[in-house]
Amino acid sequence: MIAPFAGFGLGLRKPHYAEFLETKVAVDFVEVISENFMIPGGRPRRILREVRERYPVALHGVSMSIGSADGLDGAYLARLRALIDEIDPLFVSDHLSWSRIDGFNSHDLLPLPYTREALDLVSANVDRAQNALGRAMLVENPSTYIDFAPADTTEWAFLDALCARTGCGLLLDVNNVFVSASNHGFDPIAYLDGLPHARVRQIHLAGHSQGSELLIDTHDQPVPDPVWSLYAHVLPKLGPVATMIERDDAIPPLHELLAELGTARRIARETVRTAA
Amino acid sequence: MTLIDLQRDMRAWLAREDDAAATRLGGEDAAPGLRVHRNNFRASLAACLEESFARTRDWIGDEAFARAVAAHILRVPPSSWTLDAYPRDFPPTLALLYPGDPEVAELAWIDFALGEAFVGPDAAALTAADITEVDWDAAVLHFTPTLDLRDLTTNATAIWSALAEGVEPPGVAYLPEQGAILVWREAETAHFRAIDQIERQALLAARAGLSFADLCAELVDRFGQEDGTSRAGEMLGQWLADRLIVAISHSDDDAPHQ
Repeated sequence: MIAPFAGFGLGLRKPHYAEFLETKVAVDFVEVISENFMIPGGRPRRILREVRERYPVALHGVSMSIGSADGLDGAYLARLRALIDEIDPLFVSDHLSWSRIDGFNSHDLLPLPYTREALDLVSANVDRAQNALGRAMLVENPSTYIDFAPADTTEWAFLDALCARTGCGLLLDVNNVFVSASNHGFDPIAYLDGLPHARVRQIHLAGHSQGSELLIDTHDQPVPDPVWSLYAHVLPKLGPVATMIERDDAIPPLHELLAELGTARRIARETVRTAA
Repeated sequence: MTLIDLQRDMRAWLAREDDAAATRLGGEDAAPGLRVHRNNFRASLAACLEESFARTRDWIGDEAFARAVAAHILRVPPSSWTLDAYPRDFPPTLALLYPGDPEVAELAWIDFALGEAFVGPDAAALTAADITEVDWDAAVLHFTPTLDLRDLTTNATAIWSALAEGVEPPGVAYLPEQGAILVWREAETAHFRAIDQIERQALLAARAGLSFADLCAELVDRFGQEDGTSRAGEMLGQWLADRLIVAISHSDDDAPHQ
């Protein structure tokens, strides 16, 4: 049996393209936003091909909209499948959210109520996506700002049921757990302890900002201490898992992100040592 | 509330701040979260348009551009899976907002078309050395897939170039007769060129499959033997120099010569 991939990576962003292509950056993989490379031609796809020659690549989507009540976009899935066939990614992921309804696309990760109806629908959509893509996908827990009470279940129980029904894996965004817990007043430890740990294949670590009323998942800050603490808490419960720093705004020099990744490596080493 | 009703209410709130929809979604309890999503929605579309229309923004100024963006978000809700498609309808919005200033929409179209060409499909262009064996009596030209055309009524190409170079742009001037803007990508550089109506019509006809011999015949009918043949030769030479032609097939066969 091949052990699951368990390296340390970074999100690949434009300001760092040259360094990744001209030097050997000390990462085990990079993650790219799938939609930025789903048009077959031009400079973006060429750059991705060159990056793939040097590093394993994970594809992370923001537009599959697995929570859309009117179903998935078949043309979108076909484009993503073509990209997968060309890049042979480590992982293919998207979010537990929706962005599209009746032809309108918000380009935002909108929240779902955690109801039986939503579970049935998301499960059917994930089934369809995995069939179209020819592989299992990872579903990421979102940062949420609206609590659609009354819900039938918690987000972590919803994810557990989704994994059981569809065979999908999880991309655990530890920062999103912290943000949602802060916004809705639940215990992030209960969330992390309640997840189906064996399903977690990848971890996102990121920063957030304090909005006027809520914490906002801005990805424009270093990973804060409370998120590192949650990472250290959950890591011993997981099997081999890939970890990466996700930064989308106020992008710092690459060496700063590599230093943050060094912190993740250190925590992982200490976790293994403690567990032994 | 069913899931589809909830999603339609959220769409109504995002697209036009429908208060009744917000009440159904939870009222005051949901209001802070709804405001976060409304801000995310508007900010991502505004950032997309600001990035895509830099020269247009330089020309009309930040405040006017922000008002145009707000009007566009109300007029054209996003529909594609990719934000890259959202700039497509912004030039028509500017044409509506600036009916007496046609250079604004023309500048915006140049910004948009250069961006589209940049991510369009790859195609290797033919050179003069590739066409020595061509049977010109039956030749049909095939153009780079990134080639795009739009009518041009002003000196928007000169204004755009000056803005891009950071020099004082010329004042708006109307062309003596309507022309067109041609945009395409060669290798990894997107280009544009102002063309006259004769070249515009010739390009559209050739791209639609008219053979080069028939194109020559049309130009000879219009301008006479010497001038018509000369114009056809000049256009072919320019298209080759611009690296617009990616293949030549013959009207009696299906396989393009590449």
